Amino acid sequence: MNKPRRFYGHGIPRVNSEDLRGTLIVVEGADGSGRSTQIAELVKWLETSGRATVQVGLKRSTLVSEELERAQEGNVLSRTTLALFYATDFADQLENLILPALKSGFIVLADRYIYTLMARDMVRGMNEVWLKNLYGIAPEPDAVFYLTVEPQELVQRNLAKTATLDYWESGMDLGFSRDMFDSFLKYQTAMGEAFRELQKSYHFEIIDANRSIASVTKELHKKIGALLEQD
Amino acid sequence: MKTFAESHFPGRLIAVEGLDGSGKSTQIYLLKRWLEAEGIKVYFSEWNSSELVKSATSKGKKRELLTPTTFSLIHATDFADRYERHLVPLLRAGYIVLCDRYIFTAFARDVTRGCPPDWVRGNYSFACIPDLTMFFKADLDVSLNRILEGRPKLKFFEAGMDLRLSNDPYESFKIFQGRILDQYLAMTKEFSFVIIDANQAVEKQQVIVRKLVSDRIDLKKFKRRSPLPLPPSIRVVREEIEIEKEEDKVA
Repeated sequence: MNKPRRFYGHGIPRVNSEDLRGTLIVVEGADGSGRSTQIAELVKWLETSGRATVQVGLKRSTLVSEELERAQEGNVLSRTTLALFYATDFADQLENLILPALKSGFIVLADRYIYTLMARDMVRGMNEVWLKNLYGIAPEPDAVFYLTVEPQELVQRNLAKTATLDYWESGMDLGFSRDMFDSFLKYQTAMGEAFRELQKSYHFEIIDANRSIASVTKELHKKIGALLEQD
Repeated sequence: MKTFAESHFPGRLIAVEGLDGSGKSTQIYLLKRWLEAEGIKVYFSEWNSSELVKSATSKGKKRELLTPTTFSLIHATDFADRYERHLVPLLRAGYIVLCDRYIFTAFARDVTRGCPPDWVRGNYSFACIPDLTMFFKADLDVSLNRILEGRPKLKFFEAGMDLRLSNDPYESFKIFQGRILDQYLAMTKEFSFVIIDANQAVEKQQVIVRKLVSDRIDLKKFKRRSPLPLPPSIRVVREEIEIEKEEDKVA
């Protein structure tokens, strides 16, 4: 890498950021932004070119993912608890997957990272300074791509795919509206605003994903290709 | 950080802190019994007891999956759940809340495990600090003996085995507890702990605890409202029922 690896804040006890010599690439965006499709494309592309990849996402930890799922089903957690529960899930994957893979020189592709978690918590009224301290455990990625899609287009894509809107992706817990369609639009608009607020500190690249899958893929290949050549 | 009184909560929070085996749980239990007998609205909450988070915590501990960071975060999650769902509503409703361990337990343990102090404190900064924190200070040997006598098998994290201080769990436990004690003592002034000499007899300590609580907190403000007198008609009914019962007996 052309710049030394750093943690955003305090980092992880007894982990030296300089040992994390792999490449960390993050793709962020709402459900329906084409995030997972793009990551699958990237894995194919990178592995074909002979590079080893590891994929991580949210709510996949051994430690708390089941419990987190159960708690969400009942919708009984308050906002601070939910924020910390997600942070625990993230930290477990960070220490068991992301850091070992980076130490071994892998390319880590993260399907969402701390920014989604922070944006969700901010929309629910959590303090940004508090969140920045909490997620100071995260290493700074080599590249972050935020796929933006207009809320109106997101609705269409989600309905075309599953014919339903997800309770949490519609922010129904916030009580914006009893109408799920309305609530989805309001919530995704608020999420977009939170991302723009976070962009000020974290400087991720905003990718217009209102376009076709192929043209987004092309742009990502170009940018990631340039990044890997710096090695 | 502000206390609950400074944050204008009608309720008050009292916490006890100390090493395992310092006798703090006995003392807060006796305090609870006394306050209940006095007709005070009181609620007791224990560290690491949220139903929601429990299964994840015990899985993490059993399978030794926890690192200093996840150990810290999972306990913070547990605390947040109890704080948001129980402590805050009760304190808003004017209860005296008694906590067996509070955020200082995390400050002492997590920092001993290597977490940065500012990070841990930041994570818990959503919580107000207690209106009274009593620290039960026993000689390290006294605490260790109490624990080691009663419970010969030490658990992995309890003994601080994750820190690789020693291969012998007993030796590891002693070193670990000693370091936690140092962390506690370093916080005493910052968080205005009242230190109670826990080498004294249980009854003697309880006299001190009760005096301290009644000096610091105007307890009569926290009494349960006495039950309202029953309206006359119901009283009559009750008397009638009693009369019937008497008749039954005669029959």
